[in-house]
Amino acid sequence: MSKTIIGLSFGNTSSSVAIMKDGVLEVIANQDGDRAIPTMLSYAHGDEYYGAQAKQQLVRNPKNTVAFFRDFLANSYAKIDVSANHRSAHPVEDSEKLVAFKVVDGESEHTVSVNEIVVRYLKQLHTAANDYIGKEIDGSVIAVPTNFSEQQRKLVAELAEKAGLPALQVINEPTAALLAHVSRPDIDAHANKLFVVADFGGTRSDGAVIAYNGGIFTILATMHDLELGGRDLDEAIIEHLAKEFEKEYKVDPRKEERAMAKLAHEAELIKKTLSNSTTTQFGIESVASGFDFSGSLNRLRFEMVGRSAFTRIGDFVKHLVAKANVDVLDVDEVLLVGGTSWVPKVSSVVSGLFDSERTVIRSPNTDTKAIDPDELIARGAAIQASLVSNFDAEEIAESLQPVVTNGPHLAKPIGVKTAEGVTEILAINTLIPIRKTISIPAEGDVLIEIVEIEREIKVETVKPEPKAAGEDEESDWSDDEDEEYEVRSRVVKPGKTLAQLGITANGKADIVVTISKDLKMQVAARSGSEHVAGTV
Amino acid sequence: MSLPALPRDWNKSESFKAVASFTTPEKLAAEPVGPGFLGHARRILRNRTFSEDERLEAERNVKAIETADNDYESEPEDADMLRHDPKDWKSLDQYEVLGLTKYRWRADEDLIRKAHRRKVLKHHPDKKAAEGAGDEDGFFKCIQKAFETLVDPSKRRQWDSVDPKANVPVPSKKTKGDFFERWGKFFEAESRFSTKQPVPQLGDLNSTKAEVDAFYSFWRRFDSWRSFEWLDEDVPDDSSNRDNKRYIEKKNKALRAKHKKDDTARLIKAIDLALSEDPRHRMFKDADKAAKAQKKWEREAGSREAAEKKAAEEQAKADAEAKAKADAEANKDAKEAAKKAKEAAKSAKKKHKRTLRNAIKDVNYLLPEGEQPSPDTVANALADVDNLIEALDDMELADYAGKLSPLTADSVKAAFTEGVQAKGIKPKFFL
Repeated sequence: MSKTIIGLSFGNTSSSVAIMKDGVLEVIANQDGDRAIPTMLSYAHGDEYYGAQAKQQLVRNPKNTVAFFRDFLANSYAKIDVSANHRSAHPVEDSEKLVAFKVVDGESEHTVSVNEIVVRYLKQLHTAANDYIGKEIDGSVIAVPTNFSEQQRKLVAELAEKAGLPALQVINEPTAALLAHVSRPDIDAHANKLFVVADFGGTRSDGAVIAYNGGIFTILATMHDLELGGRDLDEAIIEHLAKEFEKEYKVDPRKEERAMAKLAHEAELIKKTLSNSTTTQFGIESVASGFDFSGSLNRLRFEMVGRSAFTRIGDFVKHLVAKANVDVLDVDEVLLVGGTSWVPKVSSVVSGLFDSERTVIRSPNTDTKAIDPDELIARGAAIQASLVSNFDAEEIAESLQPVVTNGPHLAKPIGVKTAEGVTEILAINTLIPIRKTISIPAEGDVLIEIVEIEREIKVETVKPEPKAAGEDEESDWSDDEDEEYEVRSRVVKPGKTLAQLGITANGKADIVVTISKDLKMQVAARSGSEHVAGTV
Repeated sequence: MSLPALPRDWNKSESFKAVASFTTPEKLAAEPVGPGFLGHARRILRNRTFSEDERLEAERNVKAIETADNDYESEPEDADMLRHDPKDWKSLDQYEVLGLTKYRWRADEDLIRKAHRRKVLKHHPDKKAAEGAGDEDGFFKCIQKAFETLVDPSKRRQWDSVDPKANVPVPSKKTKGDFFERWGKFFEAESRFSTKQPVPQLGDLNSTKAEVDAFYSFWRRFDSWRSFEWLDEDVPDDSSNRDNKRYIEKKNKALRAKHKKDDTARLIKAIDLALSEDPRHRMFKDADKAAKAQKKWEREAGSREAAEKKAAEEQAKADAEAKAKADAEANKDAKEAAKKAKEAAKSAKKKHKRTLRNAIKDVNYLLPEGEQPSPDTVANALADVDNLIEALDDMELADYAGKLSPLTADSVKAAFTEGVQAKGIKPKFFL
């Protein structure tokens, strides 16, 4: 009997739980029917609410609603950024200089440490998952951001155990998301690819450049912007609504906390609706001074008011790629994760950065088969959970040793020379040891030359063709037209020759390149009954 | 895409030429996630090469599949069953047809589906035809019928209701084993008919009274879904004879009712029998009795105490009375004794007085014998004697009387003289 292990995406804004059951991956819905469960707890009249129910309390009962608390784990009060917590319970410093929240829980006011809050929240998730699955849960695989320290990871595991979800493994969010993505049935899980995983959450953005070669994920660079997220888009809408309201009723809603909470609630709804439709109606009752406020907002207006946030999103991805020391042309796929990835403008901004012919953008707006970006991480964690569910803690710990995880990665891709140029066999950043087989059509006596591949980004300056006179007059609004522009292209060519094989082929030749643990490369070629092999 | 031709100067005898080694790799951390990494970790930790790892993993997978297959043990198929007339499929053991006799009513839907699949694969008419066994598909039809029966919950209940091999007969006294061994199986089998699940089970000697009571009260109020449609006579499907159809329907209905009634009666009888045999019943009765007695004893503690007190009081009273009586008797005796003593003393006094008086006379007033005393002498002597007697108390009287024996003139004279002097009586005679 295998154990029931859930995959848990524990986010700062929302969390989700997934489970692999009989080979089917399911993201569980809680009692409210939510699959992305807001990471919030609220206390009212001695009752504890979590998720969407707690979120609703943000308007009526903000002081007793604890939100955005995950990132405070194992952080001292002096170091944390509380800007996200203005509309919910304020963090306070506890006796150990750590973070706590003051909430009226039951009769009197209590100071609840952030650790306790996390345990309570995870307990709620545990109950929801139990109800959904109908089986006692034995453990979990938890995904956390890449910038979580060892101490934070340990603490998360510890708190999860307290909540009855002992963590078999704590994994990185972008890797989990990517694992879920490459496990899609329509995606070739064996292809070597360079991924950019950009996770735009509610309060923060995280990015990672991940090489996926030979089924192994290697993070090349990570980036975090803790002040960029869906909240910035919400704020832009709130500001817009506040302005409109003030114009109409001559009352400034910014002075009333409650009015702002109502606008915030509506702004998020508007943002979500505009991801699917181009225009939306809204109506808020009694915003300030008893005035109701209704109107409509279209997507274009939203994209205008949120312009600065979108620009920052674009810059974020640009810098991320630069940080990994790769070119945008090297990137095979961009995977957009997190709720903010639903916004069409986000994917259009990101796809604008990449070469549309080379790079595939995976987001709900660009890929009809894309997995819900809210669920990617939880799904990935659940896949990992199903993989490790049959191992015991010792075996997992054993495979996490640096001797296993830290390994030599190829500094240059290795390929084979073909008549047309060069074909890649092993990509750059491939973990050694590795074995890879490719088949290439060949006839007669052929030379198999194994080479290292040199990649070059060619920049060509193109001068636009002079236009017809009439055309020029019409488009005089544009200055760019006549200017030179750059065309960048990625060129691969054979570099250093590593080995040469001669073989008499009929039809096709199979080439097997194996690099062993002691960094010896073995090349074997086979065609029909012919077989040639050698070691470098 | 194709491979280039060998250059002209290629030395054919040497098919492999190592030229250079690849650029020194960089150390990076791989993410410990995904099936690819698991394979990598396995190879590194167990020190396997790719081909070794592939072979070992393949072997392991084969083993895993084999063990999964071994979970199902195929049951032998009865030759009679295979030749059974499909028209009479109802008379077959439906579980036996699918090879589920080990599970019977315990088999879940998943198991039934799997069993059906296996049987279909084995007995499909196409397969039989391919094997050259002719197009005998009788048993295949039975398989389909059995499957239809068992996957439909209501049909399955009909079959389970009359499944003769699942029934456990009411144990008789002669059956081996103790009460629990004999009856446990019976109740377990019967419990499958309960609409309410789970059903309380028989338990053992250590069951509490509440458990046992709950058990019997559950069974007394047993809500059974058992029904007997399976035994119905087939209703003819012809519209020509409606009366006959209705008659058979009516007959079926009556028969079902009768069966149901019999079944209920059978169960009630069985429960009564079980209750009468249940050793716990007697145990609880005894315990009850003891408890009652104990209770009664406790309840009567007050009055018993009062009675004890009363008895003690009575005893004390009787004792007191007896004592008083004894005292009284003793008093009486003493009085009598005293009286006697008094009387004795009195008579002794009288006697002594008489002795004293007579003594002087007996010694002839101290005169020689034969001499007549003068009247004065007599009077004086008697006066002295009388005075002395008067003065003397009882004790002295006795004393003096004693001194007078032997009665001689001297002893009398000495005694009286002493007495008179001692008492200070002015003597008239004893000078």
